[in-house]
Amino acid sequence: MNARATMALAMRALLRNRSRSLLTMLGVIIGVAAVIVTVAIGAGARASVQQRIASLGSNLLIVQPGSVTAGGARSGAGGASTLTAQDGMAVAALPGVAAVTPTVTVRAQAVAGNQNWQTLVNGVAPTYTFVRSWPLASGRFISQDDVARAAKVAVLGQTVVQNLFPNGASPLGQNILISGVPFTVVGTLTPMGQSGPGQDQDDTILVPYTSAMERLTGQTTVSALDVSATNSTQVTAVQTEITTLLEQRHRIVAPQPDDFQVRNLQSVAAAASSTGAVMEFLLAGVAAVSLIVGGIGIMNIMLVSVTERTREIGLRMALGARAKTILRQFLTEAVMLSTAGGAIGICVGIAGTVLVSLLAKWATVIPLSGILASVAFSALVGIFFGYYPARKASLLSPIDALRFE
Amino acid sequence: MQPVVEVRALEKIYALDGQSILALAGIDVEIVPGEFVAVIGPSASGKSTFMHIVGMLDVPTTGRYLLEGRDVSELDGDARADIRNRRFGFVFQSYNLLPRTSALENVELPMVYAGVPEARRRSIALEKMEMVGIAQLRDHYPNQMSGGQQQRVAIARALVNDPGLILADEPTGALDSKSADEVMRLFADLNEKNGITIMLVTHEPDVAAFAKRLVTFRDGRVVSDAQQTRTAA
Ligand SMILES: Nc1ncnc2c1ncn2[C@@H]1O[C@H](COP(=O)(O)OP(=O)(O)O)[C@@H](O)[C@H]1O
Ligand SMILES: [Mg+2]
Repeated sequence: MNARATMALAMRALLRNRSRSLLTMLGVIIGVAAVIVTVAIGAGARASVQQRIASLGSNLLIVQPGSVTAGGARSGAGGASTLTAQDGMAVAALPGVAAVTPTVTVRAQAVAGNQNWQTLVNGVAPTYTFVRSWPLASGRFISQDDVARAAKVAVLGQTVVQNLFPNGASPLGQNILISGVPFTVVGTLTPMGQSGPGQDQDDTILVPYTSAMERLTGQTTVSALDVSATNSTQVTAVQTEITTLLEQRHRIVAPQPDDFQVRNLQSVAAAASSTGAVMEFLLAGVAAVSLIVGGIGIMNIMLVSVTERTREIGLRMALGARAKTILRQFLTEAVMLSTAGGAIGICVGIAGTVLVSLLAKWATVIPLSGILASVAFSALVGIFFGYYPARKASLLSPIDALRFE
Repeated sequence: MQPVVEVRALEKIYALDGQSILALAGIDVEIVPGEFVAVIGPSASGKSTFMHIVGMLDVPTTGRYLLEGRDVSELDGDARADIRNRRFGFVFQSYNLLPRTSALENVELPMVYAGVPEARRRSIALEKMEMVGIAQLRDHYPNQMSGGQQQRVAIARALVNDPGLILADEPTGALDSKSADEVMRLFADLNEKNGITIMLVTHEPDVAAFAKRLVTFRDGRVVSDAQQTRTAA
């Protein structure tokens, strides 16, 4: 019997058992789609973390206020208000330091005309674009003069541009209100992307740090100092220098704990990638579970129909089918179902991934290896459980197969 | 005339839970073309076992089996499948039609395995369905037909490859008496008018009365083998 006749027989058998065929395919579809979506989210998260680290550059050091102890309860990093802009200037004078920008971070409501948007306002120095390697898209950046005068000027991230000026008008020269204080937009930043799931770096407004302190936070301390070393090989040396300098300035003597911490990006990167690895591991676990669930679904459907199928094989043998012909038919059925299910699963998985990145605004990367592995696994399960009982039945004598129960 | 089937000293021993059951204890039977043989006997006397071995659905433990003069004991699985396909037609008590499959497709199935081209398959199947009086049921599914109609589909299926022998195991066992009578008349007609050779297994004398020869089994042996004039008609 030729391949076409075998395919026709297999096709007829599949159509005859529509619900069984659909349920089997469903197992493959769920397994494949679930793996693609979960792995895409994990890979996307890792890719965006890596991209963020790459975009920050390996020269970056971040100085944050340390924890404060109040009645025995220690706040987390950044809880204390101990860093000042003067600390930043002292750090900038150290050898091996290329540039420093203080950052004063505050969440605020921004209003332009009838649009309003809650965002993260960062008070920074003119060196910010250099330290963060973040170019402008239009206009100008905050100048030294702006800082000196605590000028009410602002540079907008792309997400803020889109939300405050949705009709595409140029924001340059426009007035916006930040926490009720009027600022003039002087520039916009190029898009930077996400730094992790749900962390949109473009959702920010930059203002002079002096303006942020005077007009928004009302404090004289800063949230952090971003330091750029002249050379990535000196990062560790600079880290030590900064620590020594700030200990002097803050009059900290051992064994008193530091009221600040200096982190270099390599350690941030290591922490981020280990969190990323944990997350990816968890997601891979979820994916593996859904694959197994899909596989068990396929197995159940196939095993439930073993009696019926064994009798059918007995009948076909009685009517003159050779064992090989029957096996070829059953194998063809299993391969057809697995292939169709795998193809549909890939489509559903990709559609689901696109939906996730649209709705949750998460970065996703559709992984070829995940697709291949999940399709291969489901296809193997489908083929094994479609074929193995048939093989067993074909080894029976026709009469034993016919009477199987 | 060369017998269709000739068996000598046929034995079948089943091993069950460490016990061995002698289902056939030395059977010698010949069937020549044109015969209509009824194998009759009490339950568990070995009738079905005998039929399955004759139909090459099962193999004997010992003994000789010549099919149309040829010793078939050494044949491999493929050769046995081909012989079942071309030389035998089976009719079972429980019809054994493929579910959710039209009568026509059920009748065509043996020809699919014989490699008959589709158009020819269709015309032969329709011809045989006409012959057993169910041409109008071609598109019906098994669950849309009565027992008698399903058994006729099975008989048409048994006829399509022009077999040398039709083997029927209790073909009326699941039918009411009226349908049973009609099916038996059909067998008698096929034998009488079309010269088709038939071996039928039953435990009911009423059914056996349609045959021209009566072989009686008891405890795996043939206890009588005689021609009879058809008492039913
Ligand atoms: N597959 C089998 N395994 C074990 N014993 C069997 C098997 N088939 C039939 N037998 C035994 O062989 C004997 C003959 O059975 P069978 O040929 O079915 O009798 P009949 O058809 O005359 O009722 C019985 O004792 C039955 O229990
Ligand atoms: Mg029986």
